[in-house]
Amino acid sequence: MAAIDPLHQFLVEKIVPLPPIQIGGFPLDLSITNSVMMMLVAGVLVSLILGLASRGDLIPNRVQAIGEAFFGVVETTLVTPIIGHNGKPYVPFVFTIFMMVFVMNLLGIVLSLGSLAGFEWTFTPTSQLAITATLAILTFLTVLIVGFVRNGLGFFKLFVPAGLPWPMVPLMFVIELISFLVRPLTLSMRLFGNIVGGHVVMFIFASFVISLGIIGLGGGWGSLGFLGSAASLTMIVLLTGLELLVAFLQAFIFAALATVYLNEVVNLGHGH
Amino acid sequence: MEPAAAKLIGAGLATLGMGGAGIGLGLLFGNYLQASIRNPAAAGQERLWLFVGLGLTETMGIFALVIAFMILFTG
Repeated sequence: MAAIDPLHQFLVEKIVPLPPIQIGGFPLDLSITNSVMMMLVAGVLVSLILGLASRGDLIPNRVQAIGEAFFGVVETTLVTPIIGHNGKPYVPFVFTIFMMVFVMNLLGIVLSLGSLAGFEWTFTPTSQLAITATLAILTFLTVLIVGFVRNGLGFFKLFVPAGLPWPMVPLMFVIELISFLVRPLTLSMRLFGNIVGGHVVMFIFASFVISLGIIGLGGGWGSLGFLGSAASLTMIVLLTGLELLVAFLQAFIFAALATVYLNEVVNLGHGH
Repeated sequence: MEPAAAKLIGAGLATLGMGGAGIGLGLLFGNYLQASIRNPAAAGQERLWLFVGLGLTETMGIFALVIAFMILFTG
């Protein structure tokens, strides 16, 4: 059996090493790693496509139709139904998060072929907890800031559901506070776990193709190994399709939950 | 028992938590399908909440996976 290390694909490696910068006594390593590289590619790709898409013509061409389709996903199926007419200012935030997560997920799957071609910088940035946690904490802080700016100290009504009998208030306050504070954790873990899990499963099936193929080359009854090898290859093709769906779905869920959390503080007190 | 063996058994046991997420997802999609067949007109506007529920349910399974990974690859 060949050596299997399904987590090797998540190693962060330096591509362009830069000397560490000293900021307030702490060394800050700003080297271009494969993770940074893929995020740059994703950022450039998103800016390019949306830049070309924002022509504002009445009759859209192909690129503009793509851009409008993505914007429609966020505005007409997420923000407007959930937040309502107050939601307009939050569309850019949700749209940015959605596009970044979606393109990073997608590049991780599409360019995973690149590692076969010898590009060592192909990587899935969303498989790093640091990156998903950054996005989740950003969302959490946005919710906090919007909540305090819009409601002042009335923000704490979020933790006391309306119509609650008064003896229950202290208990519910603690429970609601914990469920509020755990949101960045669940938000980051969901994306991270889905992407890591999906890629590990694909890798394990890929290693079956090789190891069963080697058994098959042994001849005799071992030739049956080719059957398992072919079955695993079919499975990878199917799983790639599933992972493309997951790439979109996870970006959509991340954006949807960010919108739901924003809705709670935007429409606080007058339940939408 | 050797510690390495106990680690592998523990990781395997940790994945049992995913069964709960499986049951939850089955209930979620089964009930959505049933409701949308009974009232197809209302299916479209509730699809968003289907996916929000999917995300929340799936997190529990993902936690089990992360704990299995933590048992396997740390310490």
